Amino acid sequence: MKLKQLEGLLGDLQQFSNPKIELEQYPTGPHIASRMLYTAENSFGDVSDKVVADFGCGCGTLGIAATLLGAEHVVGIDVDAQSLEVASLNAEELEVQMNFVQCDIKNLQFRGLTIDTVVMNPPFGTRKKGADMVFLSSALKVASQAVYSLHKTSTRDHIKRAALRDFNASTAEVLCELIYDVPQLYKFHKKREVDIAVDLWRFVPKRAQ
Amino acid sequence: MRLLTHNMLSCNIKGVTNGFPLIIEAEKVLEKPVDLNPDFLRNMFHKVEWKALVDAAKSLGYSELPESVDPAMLESPEFLHRFHHALLELHLEEGALVCPETGRKFPVNKGIPNMLLHEDEV
Ligand SMILES: C[S@@+](CC[C@H](N)C(=O)[O-])C[C@H]1O[C@@H](n2cnc3c(N)ncnc32)[C@H](O)[C@@H]1O
Repeated sequence: MKLKQLEGLLGDLQQFSNPKIELEQYPTGPHIASRMLYTAENSFGDVSDKVVADFGCGCGTLGIAATLLGAEHVVGIDVDAQSLEVASLNAEELEVQMNFVQCDIKNLQFRGLTIDTVVMNPPFGTRKKGADMVFLSSALKVASQAVYSLHKTSTRDHIKRAALRDFNASTAEVLCELIYDVPQLYKFHKKREVDIAVDLWRFVPKRAQ
Repeated sequence: MRLLTHNMLSCNIKGVTNGFPLIIEAEKVLEKPVDLNPDFLRNMFHKVEWKALVDAAKSLGYSELPESVDPAMLESPEFLHRFHHALLELHLEEGALVCPETGRKFPVNKGIPNMLLHEDEV
């Protein structure tokens, strides 16, 4: 599938209608989401024929992108039932198969190393301090091949240190810097839209080597 | 939910040590056909917990998987077909997953298991 085609399909997905602020529910836009998965597939071969997990899947954008790029099995995990329902409808609409589990990432218990790749756009941790770190540490526990994630550019050094020192990553690499427009969902944002610089990361867990 | 997902889920209640595999109580089962990918199955064969898959398939009404297996069977198209069907085509749509240690039930609605914990379980 071509990048433009993927971006177009993702652009038609339904997104959060009543975003919950405390869960940092804002969607990854089709531009960023398509590039994230396209890079994972075309530069690293981490998607097609793989088992992929989408942590904090929300309305399913990243996981659905993975199925469209040929992932064999995709599991989306989110704590919020309403988002999972939308995600499930989105998958049905595009006639792709995806599984969902309602679970808090911090209590996730996965057996074995069946999951090859984790893709995620975790909460930045602005509402609940450390939320991003909980996602990163559990992603690096279950992925056997790679973790793709978005984090604020302002936290780059911190992320790198934590991944390599505390979470068992053998490499932590920023693939590119992107501008993320967190939409006008939140009252406490004075402007209608806030541009935030984010990094697209690729982490490789130690066991992958 | 496919049985491949079931094969990686375990009970996440704090203090539980034998939370795998979760016992399936099936109320509604669906079959959704997908293309068979032999290389994927050969790879998965070494990752799945076979007995858990056999029991899970039985609880969804499918008892065509052999109880004991060895890698040589991956040469058989018939075996691959059955393995594929159990792992990827059968779906638990409504029912529950039950923790083998505590008996705690995790409901499954519209194919989505609810693994959220109560406050006294984390
Ligand atoms: C920034 S949104 C990203 C949504 C979606 N992945 C996307 O890319 O459009 C973060 C998601 O994480 C979920 N979430 C927040 N905290 C969570 C937790 N502790 N466990 C599981 N999911 C969580 C939210 O419900 C939300 O859907």
